[in-house]
Amino acid sequence: MSAFLSYLIHGISLGCGFALIASGIIIIYRVTRVVNLAQGMFAVVAGFSAASVLDARVPHPLAELLAIAAAAVVGTLTGFVAIGKRGTSPQASLIATLGVGVLGYAVEVLIWGDQPRSFTGLLGSYELLGVDIAKQYLLIVPVTLFVFAGLELFFERTYAGKAMSACASNPYAAALQGIGVLRMGLYAFGLGGALGGVAGVLLTPLQPVSYDSDVSLFVNGFATAILAGLKRPVLALAGGLVLGVAESMVAGYAKASYQSSLALLLTLAILIAQAVRREALHTVEE
Amino acid sequence: MIQVDDLCVRYGAATALEGVSLSVARGEKVALIGANGAGKSTLLNALSGMVPKASGSIRVEGRLAHVPEGRQLFPDLTVEDNLSLGAYRGGEHNPAWIYELLPELGRLRRQRAGSLSGGQQQMVAIGRGLMARPDVIAIDEMSLGLAPIIVQQLASRLSELNAQSGLTLLLVEQSARVALALCERAYVLETGRIVAQGTSAELRDSPFVEAAYLGSPVGAAS
Repeated sequence: MSAFLSYLIHGISLGCGFALIASGIIIIYRVTRVVNLAQGMFAVVAGFSAASVLDARVPHPLAELLAIAAAAVVGTLTGFVAIGKRGTSPQASLIATLGVGVLGYAVEVLIWGDQPRSFTGLLGSYELLGVDIAKQYLLIVPVTLFVFAGLELFFERTYAGKAMSACASNPYAAALQGIGVLRMGLYAFGLGGALGGVAGVLLTPLQPVSYDSDVSLFVNGFATAILAGLKRPVLALAGGLVLGVAESMVAGYAKASYQSSLALLLTLAILIAQAVRREALHTVEE
Repeated sequence: MIQVDDLCVRYGAATALEGVSLSVARGEKVALIGANGAGKSTLLNALSGMVPKASGSIRVEGRLAHVPEGRQLFPDLTVEDNLSLGAYRGGEHNPAWIYELLPELGRLRRQRAGSLSGGQQQMVAIGRGLMARPDVIAIDEMSLGLAPIIVQQLASRLSELNAQSGLTLLLVEQSARVALALCERAYVLETGRIVAQGTSAELRDSPFVEAAYLGSPVGAAS
């Protein structure tokens, strides 16, 4: 029972991280129709930055905020490369984000070296039903909920959020109304960068980050985003929790190395299911 | 209100508009008639700055609202959000005054625009155009795919607006019948050039327009 509880709590916090990564993927996709393969990199940059800034004796919440800001800047730069040239197709932009991700490896190794790094987050733990729960795990949940509430409010209630949704819904019509579609796309990349950054600063104290951590972060984030249908960020929260808890259980009861295979299997299953359904629709139409 | 002189627009090597000149005065109702591919939509896109001109000049006084071909709504957003985004360039975001003008839209305000019928979507598209508080509204293929009775209703609304607030109308239509009935004056566009112009009465009587755009009165479908 106590093992189950600790796997569950680990899974929930892991899932919150996945959901944050996924929300960035979804927002960028919604506004620009580009699947951003560099999304994991944003979390890595934030994790490294926070570690460096803390080493320079910057106090705690400020260091994390600076790291998130750095990730937002990197996100915006990624956006410039991916969609900055007018008329770039979403497929070409997707490849550009892959290129940015690979370039990111080189820059990260140059700045931070090739060894994993970490920093201490919230110290101490609580005891619940005989299980020690690190406070950092408990910090992730309310922060994630707060971020998602903010996103929901922004996209559903504010004029700027609606203008951003309009870009995804119909870019031509958005431009006709005077909405700067390119600018909105860059904002989306910046926001996506910040969301990746939030995931990075929350997860790094739990598992050290290295330059190539972005792959597993992206795979899990993308599986979550697909699970959420690439539509509303808030659905990613549910998707992330399902995936996080499932992975944690697999790692706990079966074998830790199976953990990320689960995300890949899930992604594959959903994509195949969607392809089959689309095929069936086509057959009906014909 | 609108003054276009010797306008040329090219898409790569293809010429979409060649030496087009036209003028629309404040408060006028003017139609632009032509078949598919004649360059009508290109002309509107050039007026609203959506496509660059190769040469010539375009002058628009005041604000122009462009209601594009195929309505081009935001299908995932509500009617209310669609309308309010029409005021993105400035002005009041609240579409309450549009609901007074077009009460049908008030009843549909919470519905997703993508779920509406063609006539309702066209009304949202026009409402969204009006939200910009335009001096001139240019509507591309308003009648396409709509039942004649719906077109009639929309046309009479636009005529009222024109009479009450002096809103200038520029209607782009494949259907010469609809356009000539609603407008005072018209231009006829063929493969990127203006080939005829005049008052609606003149054009209706012209054998050329009769043959190409109105068809023989017996068994005419459009």
